Amino acid sequence: MNVLWLQAGGCGGCSMSLLCADTPDFHAHLRAAGIELLWHPSLSLASGSEVLELLQRCADGRQPLDALCIEGSLLRGPNGTGRFHVLAGTGVPMIDWVRRLAARARHVVAVGSCAAWGGVTAAGDNPTDACGLQYEDERPGGLLGAEFRSASGLPVINIAGCPTHPSWVLDTLAALAADELTAADLDTLARPRFYADQLVHHGCTRNEYYEFKASAEKPSDLGCLMEHMGCKGTQVHADCNIRLWNGEGSCTRGGYACIACTEPGFQEPGHAFDQTPKFAGIPIGLPTDMPKAWFIALASLSKSATPKRVRDNAVADHLVQKPALRRTRTK
Amino acid sequence: MSRLIVGPFNRVEGDLEVTLDCADGVVRAAHVNAPMYRGFEQILQGKLAHDALVLVPRICGICSVSQSVAGARALADLARVVPPPNGQHAINLMLATENLADHLTHFYAFFMPDFCRPVYADQPWHSEAQRRFLPGHGEQTRVALAARQRAFTLLGTLGGKWPHTQAIEPGGSTRAIDAAERVRLRAKLREWRAFLEQHLFADTLERVNAIDRLDALWRWHAQQPEAGDLRFFLTLARATGLAGLGAGPGRCLSYGTYPQPDGTLALPAGVWQMQPGGAQVLPLQTDCISEDASRSWLESGRAGEPVARHPWSGLTRPAPDKADAYTWNKAPRWAGQVVETGALARQLVAGQPLLSEAVAQHGCTVLTRVLARALELAQVLPQMEQWLRAIRPGEPFCIPAPLPESGQGMGLTEAARGSLGHWVVLQQGRIANYQIVAPTSWNFSPRDAAGVPGALEQALVGAPVRPGEDTPVAVQHIVRSFDPCMVCTVH
Ligand code: SF4
Ligand code: SF4
Repeated sequence: MNVLWLQAGGCGGCSMSLLCADTPDFHAHLRAAGIELLWHPSLSLASGSEVLELLQRCADGRQPLDALCIEGSLLRGPNGTGRFHVLAGTGVPMIDWVRRLAARARHVVAVGSCAAWGGVTAAGDNPTDACGLQYEDERPGGLLGAEFRSASGLPVINIAGCPTHPSWVLDTLAALAADELTAADLDTLARPRFYADQLVHHGCTRNEYYEFKASAEKPSDLGCLMEHMGCKGTQVHADCNIRLWNGEGSCTRGGYACIACTEPGFQEPGHAFDQTPKFAGIPIGLPTDMPKAWFIALASLSKSATPKRVRDNAVADHLVQKPALRRTRTK
Repeated sequence: MSRLIVGPFNRVEGDLEVTLDCADGVVRAAHVNAPMYRGFEQILQGKLAHDALVLVPRICGICSVSQSVAGARALADLARVVPPPNGQHAINLMLATENLADHLTHFYAFFMPDFCRPVYADQPWHSEAQRRFLPGHGEQTRVALAARQRAFTLLGTLGGKWPHTQAIEPGGSTRAIDAAERVRLRAKLREWRAFLEQHLFADTLERVNAIDRLDALWRWHAQQPEAGDLRFFLTLARATGLAGLGAGPGRCLSYGTYPQPDGTLALPAGVWQMQPGGAQVLPLQTDCISEDASRSWLESGRAGEPVARHPWSGLTRPAPDKADAYTWNKAPRWAGQVVETGALARQLVAGQPLLSEAVAQHGCTVLTRVLARALELAQVLPQMEQWLRAIRPGEPFCIPAPLPESGQGMGLTEAARGSLGHWVVLQQGRIANYQIVAPTSWNFSPRDAAGVPGALEQALVGAPVRPGEDTPVAVQHIVRSFDPCMVCTVH
């Protein structure tokens, strides 16, 4: 499967993240999965006119294009002209290139939350009129329109994340190369379900603190980040605490909140990123699938049952109380 | 005179287009265009101050830690706090990991592949260059990418993830390191050191750091010209004349970086300039910094107002139809002058003897820029080993840093590719102005109000253009010798 990768209005971070894929030989990994890069802005020799020629051949259909990967949001401004991003050397706005190429591609893949929903580039009052390939935040549409289907019949595949995890990308591309990714493998926002059917909360090292509502109060505390520090891990679709980042990392393991970077509109949460919005002392964004009354009842019960160890460690940056030593055999 | 428009320029970060006026086989004038605008300085207006720490790393995926550090330092300046020693060491380790990994990526994946190009097919070293550095296949590039991946696992532990960690706070770092983690991080630094000593230098870092003269460098090269990728680079540099290619403006800026608990910087700040009687280092005066938007697709302000503005009063409002403008980048100047920034600038300001002599002889050129980055790898990795050793598990990594309602703060740091500064003005808890001056904004700046070209625009003048070349290879060497990051430039 050949892949053409272009960078639109983003930071290049999804490509840089991709190169952190957990493999001793990145290029051999791609080849083994049957993935061939026709061109990638950071990884290819071809420059200038050689690239223009390739793009032209893809756009005319003379060069078959299996997967078009777009990283970064699509900048439609000013006034719909796309001039905020003109593809260097072409005088043609990137949005026009993307429209032309998407019409030819067997699969179209949005790499990262910018390309999926507009992402951080669409924050504030969105000065560049940025959008995603097929979404604008959670509204279907975007650059290509809600009805768009690539030649394979699939919608734009949204490998959302800011940045996106290297193995979300590699697994998706490998599955496409093996013809193993169907519409049923995508969630309602067209994200691959193998990572989007999980919650960030799953596998979080702070789960014991969560159970007892023993909460962190300041950056670097060990407690649960949900009650005060803005963490959305109980609502956010991603497997960050199961499939770790850069060896043994994740946002919550790094000591800061999950800001929902895989979800549409994460860039404008409507509250301070590092603070949990509350109503009458109760967090507004309650865990997915949990009725509010139960949450309140359980939280007050568990708070009253919190062991001293958990309560003390929650507001320290290292373990100040060790678990008690107990006999583990019954006789 | 003929005109060449070169782009898309790949193996740089982001989108770049260069317009070249050529005559008699050389470039006579260059105009550098950053053809994308994202508007971070507009996006940040009106935001809560602390929210900037989520947004600013996302300016750039290759130097996101640098952006975080600059942002956190600007807020720390507002809050008048200094992180505790553990926090400083952890942040320095994160920043150094990113900067050094960047040097690796640049050397192996961005710069060296140009020697694999067909124009060099008749050179005796061409097949060896391909064996080592051909994109996707080169043996050394592949080993280097694996080393880079391993290096970033330091960031997994220290900062949760890379890029776009949120572990860097005005008061320190959010991830306390325990004793066992310190042991594991040390093993990772050893692994990184082993890669450098086996593959890049084919020698110990200590012996590389001891090379203090140009003749000693060439003797080191002559001992084993095939051993290690840096020696092979020196072979190619000599064969292709990189020592004389791409001379910059002869004035270099560094904000200095890696603050230590005793208040010093591991790499000092200053402005280095070439003088008739020898080089001179002036103290850094940040009030001498200005940005001029006369040739940018941005408003320059009302008539009668100064064209060059200090970042405290900087203005970012798109003006896409502005006549005579040719880029989204502004033109930063220091005391009205064009400066170059990057690893070479840092080393010259620090008075590194080998590079000082090399620059005295050849100037700031492709050779000395690439050499400076390689030597910085040898120099900073041992310092990382020391910072890690200095971490005291159990002591604080982060202190509270309540922000005032109003005020202004400046955050300076060094990214791999040079000096990065954030200037934030706060009013009633909200951001009233946020200005970012990125390294490549300095290096790839357009002409200013006086018509003076930016550093790369100057460095390209005189570059050879071979018959039939539409993307001249010499131009590619020069552009990539700056390790540009266009997404930062235009933010
Ligand atoms: S999604 Fe995030 S990491 Fe990816 S390009 Fe956009 S800002 Fe960068
Ligand atoms: S933990 Fe949340 S914010 Fe962090 S990478 Fe995962 S989804 Fe994004």
